Amino acid sequence: MSQTILDERKSQVHRIGEEPFAMACNRPSLAGAVSQRACVFCGSRVVLYPIADALHLVHGPIGCATYTWDIRGAISSGPQLHRLSFSTDLQEMDVIFGGEKKLEASLRELISLHSPKAAFVYSTCIVGLIGDDMEAVCRRVAADTGIPVLPVMSEGFKGNKREGYTAACKAMFRLVGTGDATGISPMSVNILGDFNLAGETWIVREYFRKMGVEVVANVTGDGRVDDIRRCHGAALNLVQCSGATMELAKMMQAEYGTPYQRVSYLGVEDMADSLYKVADFFADQDPTIKARTVELVRAELSDLMPKLAELRQDLEGKKVAMYVGGSFKAFSLIKAFRHLGMRVVVVGSQTGTEEDYKELAEISDPGTIIVDDANPLELAQFIKEKDVDVFVGGVKERPIAYKLGVGFCDHNHERKIALEGFVGMYNFAREIHASVMSPVWRFMPRRSPARAACAAKEAVNG
Amino acid sequence: MAENYVSTTNACKMCTPMGAALVFKGIENAVPFLHGSQGCATYMRRYIISHYREPVDIASSALGEKSAVYGGGPNLKKGILNVMRKYDVSLVGVATTCLTETIGDDVGRYLNEFREEFSDLSLPELVHVSTPSYSGTHMEGWHAAVRSLADQVVKEKGRAHDGVNLLPGFLSPADYRFLKALGERAGVRFTMLPDLSETMDGVIWDDYHSLPDGGTPVSEIRAMGGAAGTVEFGMSGGLFESAAGVLDRKFGVPARRTTMPIGLRATDAFMDVLAEFASCDMPAKDAFDRGRLLDAMVDGHKYIFGKRAVVYGEEDFVVALCSFLGEIGVQPVLVATGAKSDRFKAAVTNALAEVCQTMPVIRDDADFKDIEDEAAELNPDLLVGHSKGYKLARAKNIPLIRVGFPIHDRFGGQRILHVGYEGALALYDRLVNAVLEKSQDECPVGYGYL
Repeated sequence: MSQTILDERKSQVHRIGEEPFAMACNRPSLAGAVSQRACVFCGSRVVLYPIADALHLVHGPIGCATYTWDIRGAISSGPQLHRLSFSTDLQEMDVIFGGEKKLEASLRELISLHSPKAAFVYSTCIVGLIGDDMEAVCRRVAADTGIPVLPVMSEGFKGNKREGYTAACKAMFRLVGTGDATGISPMSVNILGDFNLAGETWIVREYFRKMGVEVVANVTGDGRVDDIRRCHGAALNLVQCSGATMELAKMMQAEYGTPYQRVSYLGVEDMADSLYKVADFFADQDPTIKARTVELVRAELSDLMPKLAELRQDLEGKKVAMYVGGSFKAFSLIKAFRHLGMRVVVVGSQTGTEEDYKELAEISDPGTIIVDDANPLELAQFIKEKDVDVFVGGVKERPIAYKLGVGFCDHNHERKIALEGFVGMYNFAREIHASVMSPVWRFMPRRSPARAACAAKEAVNG
Repeated sequence: MAENYVSTTNACKMCTPMGAALVFKGIENAVPFLHGSQGCATYMRRYIISHYREPVDIASSALGEKSAVYGGGPNLKKGILNVMRKYDVSLVGVATTCLTETIGDDVGRYLNEFREEFSDLSLPELVHVSTPSYSGTHMEGWHAAVRSLADQVVKEKGRAHDGVNLLPGFLSPADYRFLKALGERAGVRFTMLPDLSETMDGVIWDDYHSLPDGGTPVSEIRAMGGAAGTVEFGMSGGLFESAAGVLDRKFGVPARRTTMPIGLRATDAFMDVLAEFASCDMPAKDAFDRGRLLDAMVDGHKYIFGKRAVVYGEEDFVVALCSFLGEIGVQPVLVATGAKSDRFKAAVTNALAEVCQTMPVIRDDADFKDIEDEAAELNPDLLVGHSKGYKLARAKNIPLIRVGFPIHDRFGGQRILHVGYEGALALYDRLVNAVLEKSQDECPVGYGYL
């Protein structure tokens, strides 16, 4: 009775050209479907995690903290406090009698041990049920310790990752505007939705430095509490990974009038366009910025393009499947793969919106499969159906590709190789090349069935 | 003595449902099912996959706010139906989470209702285990799941047979493979529960399998009541009645308990237990391996004598490691587990009594902050444990001998052999080489012979 795509999931899969566009999304995950999604807590945790001089205390039983200890490749140029895993480690008695006392004692103890610039306290499923007044505890501790102590309302069951992003943005927004914003250049930006995986934020910051644009705060890669407190002084918010931080940008626009623009630092066009957008924005203030930016992009591309062309010779015509968290990445990667002569034939995300999918359908080739909130069996079927050469995803997707003898590129937040910026595009191409060109695929049973049958026969005959 | 903290920093444990999920991964055609919010399943899958590099499908009832208020029964039932539609599943292992334990979901009742409602379908075996994550560690969840399987799947004594139930605890797939092969060599037919040897370290596929091959067949679990005996490694997390106890009480299957067979003496003890069921003497291979192990212990003894080790991890595993380290002349100076356990200290002391002159600092309920604080004055030369000790090893500039689970920063953790004389020898080589490598690296002239 096995069925790869459950009936209730069919409206979340679209094949371009075979039917008019219609996709359901932003639904709760289906029970028993083995979704690749996590929970509200996960959404908050990934967004706030890289703020390196803050204390991140998970209020709940131990699992939520254990599974997120040092999980991201988000690096800091200074403090490393974010890489420790703090938990109130709630026990049965705390669940019965309430966890507020333990939370308060934990906070005081950890703040005195580590002297953080702020503390984020994450609510987990259980806290939502036992009704701890986190807000009151945080307020008390903040008053006594003199640092901001911010509750993050991220009870796991109260939605999916997106609600977690919202909770994170709300928590950060309480910091914004509490710092002194004097002395900030009129040509200044905040980098939102970049997490400095493998130092990616530094690559982007270097471009802005060359353009003469000041970066006030990284939100949140290599992030600092004091920067976020004064980031309302920036002239413009640049929002990547829109799912995660768009809400913060909107809140800042409403409160401080800070305009925002959507950007992406992945791929060739999107990276260049993002820089040009910033140059255009500041063109009135600095008529020479456009020329500087054009020169910057020209220099980068003249270095990058010949190298890409070389790799493209090997990669031309190969087929790609990708499954990502938010869909912004999918847009950029589809374009990036075109530079490598590769075709994206399956694209999906955990938390895309209907507009995202519609746009994806518009820029993708006919026949491409678009999927929302997929699961291992669906992804495996799509890989086979489209006979893909390489899969782009995260750790949970890796074994799906590998078991079928298909190449893989980790484009998730655990990655240790910078894939953003022009240099990142080259790293990305090399990653794809290293997987696709490995000689191992030719030995896989799926590619050489005769050999496999032979081996199976031998095994049976002993 | 280090300070006693209220908070936990860098935990040396995982949560209870994790252990249950791992046990269910070791049953043939089984799907672990976490009754709770979607994140639990996804986080655990990611954590497990990073170690084993195998597909790990764990279903979830994906509870939302409504279920938290009105109960998770409908989602649980719908979820099991969906698992049945997608997988040719012979067993669904339902483990609760902090969410469903706190709202008071009666999973046993839901499953009974499910069996009645869908009695027209051919239903898989449905097993449930209570694993509130605020109570115990992943090992309590592990032992509770094994116990639930013995309690709920073994329904009658059945036909008496000469097979032996082996409840090995949490080891590596390489260990489970070794134990199966050892049974074959010794002429003992094991029903090993669970068996992650293939499910978590499988072969490449020509077509995608919805579930991996391998695992303890459900039919064999059903027949455990008729076995000649049960051999259980370790202390079963201090359960009032372990799985072996259940089989003994209900079906009169005699239970034998022994230390995890890591190192010489613990393996000797296990071989003695095995001999009670086996028709022959120690198999030739194991006799040779034992001899080789002793030979190596002599060849290498001076390199490692008196080296000071910090050992941490799950209590049964750590007790067995200590027994091994002590007998080869390594001095454990700090022995820690994340579990709360009033048995731990006595078990470690007992394992070291014969072979060590001084006893280590022994800590239960420890996190890595405690371990770090305790280790500060102890001048350790080595760390022995899973990969989460890396931070400390790096700070102290001492080698970390990676064993157990999880190993997230090296390749092939699923293939580390710990048990048997062969496993002891492999660990011995790694230990000695770690010491040699460090002294060579730090030697100003860098000798080429050591």
